[in-house]
Amino acid sequence: MSVKLQVRGVTMRYAGPPPVQVLEPIDLEVADGEFICVLGPSGCGKSTLLQIIAGFHAPSAGTVTIDGKAVTGPDPRRIFVFQERGVFPWLSVTDNIAFGLAALPPAERAERVKHYVELVGLRGFERAFPHELSGGMKQRVEVARALAVDPDMLFLDEPFGALDSMTRLTMRSELLRIWQAAKTTILFVTHDVEESVQLADRVVVMSARPAKIQRIVDIDIPRPRDISAPRYLELRDGILAEIGLAHAI
Amino acid sequence: MLPLAVGVALIGLWQLGVTVAGSDVLPGPLMVARGIGELWSHGLLVPYALASLRRVAIGYAIAVGAGVPLGLWMGRSRVVAAAANPLVQILRPISPIAWIPIAIVLFGIGEGAPVFLIALAGLLPIASSVAAMTETVPPMFVLAARNFGLGEAATLRRVVFPAILPQLLATLRTTLGICWIVVVAAEMIAVDSGLGYLIIDSRNAGKRYDLVVAGMVLVGAIGLLLDAAFRLLERARSVRWGFLAR
Repeated sequence: MSVKLQVRGVTMRYAGPPPVQVLEPIDLEVADGEFICVLGPSGCGKSTLLQIIAGFHAPSAGTVTIDGKAVTGPDPRRIFVFQERGVFPWLSVTDNIAFGLAALPPAERAERVKHYVELVGLRGFERAFPHELSGGMKQRVEVARALAVDPDMLFLDEPFGALDSMTRLTMRSELLRIWQAAKTTILFVTHDVEESVQLADRVVVMSARPAKIQRIVDIDIPRPRDISAPRYLELRDGILAEIGLAHAI
Repeated sequence: MLPLAVGVALIGLWQLGVTVAGSDVLPGPLMVARGIGELWSHGLLVPYALASLRRVAIGYAIAVGAGVPLGLWMGRSRVVAAAANPLVQILRPISPIAWIPIAIVLFGIGEGAPVFLIALAGLLPIASSVAAMTETVPPMFVLAARNFGLGEAATLRRVVFPAILPQLLATLRTTLGICWIVVVAAEMIAVDSGLGYLIIDSRNAGKRYDLVVAGMVLVGAIGLLLDAAFRLLERARSVRWGFLAR
């Protein structure tokens, strides 16, 4: 597979005072269509890394290259999904999903919206406003809004963090289904070890701040994944040990 | 039912107070009601009310038309905020009434002075609150707009403006109230029509305190109607989210 994303020597340092080193030099290569989880403790700087890759901030040093071109700003071909609060509360489900489609003729726009409403399972809620929806539904609206512009990369920053654990599980399998259908490259930031092993092709384990890549773990379990299989538990426990957490309570 | 009962009780107390005091200067509610009838039959009530409403409409339109863009600009640009904010904050605590002498020097006697005072009374609070609202729009909304390829103008129109709209409506409603207060004061000095003129002229020309209070009652009633009409806007679906407890 061809290389989609190259991160070379990216660091982030806030001038302060006092100066804060958020990212040690980061090197990472992601293949086209890969599902990568970036795993690290809260506040370690993994969200900063994701925002740099998305083009929202320039790094203090280093380069981010996507499809062979240096990233200089955000791009509609690569959409950042925030937590559910990123949906626009003044727009209905339909208008949220159509947000990035202003350039399309109305008929085509409506067709596209209809397709993604179905894909994320929101049929019947097209005219609802975000405040009338549950957290999981709002998150699906935001994912649909991102997918509707047919991006070739998705950046997800702890997208399911605010959801209850049952909704979280459903959302994970829906995201995998969508990813397999849409062939998008995904960078998914999380602090949840289980989540990363369930979702990713590779898990990038980050250290506490200043964050550096501690290890990259290949998750060589075929999908759909059996989350009680020995290999799953082995990989999970390996990562837990890597970040210094006991797996007994 | 309760507001009605309180209103009836207050009118009763008012009549009682005037009767007990035996005042021949302060009018009771009946005299005021007769005064309103007199204004109506002389064909003054509607033209005076319309004159006041017209001045407020023009002055308020100027205040909104200039204040909202200025506030958005201040909220989006640190440079503009640094340049304009000290001026806005110094001018804001000065009562529009204090500008009356300046307004007369600038515009003379006529329509210009009250409209200027009303525009000024609305402009400063609108610009300063719109700037504050714009600065506090959640950054992720603006980042999402940039991510979908929107330029600054489209970001303002499609994201920042709708994001502040619920708060903006609340501010515009209170500001309309301020403008309605100011028109009465402005009409006492520069013009010879309107409800403010009615109040001051009734006192000066013949100590007709029944007509003074009739003018006050009309000002209050129209102010109430303006406020109620504005509240209807706050029920629109696209701003409803901003008025819910979150």
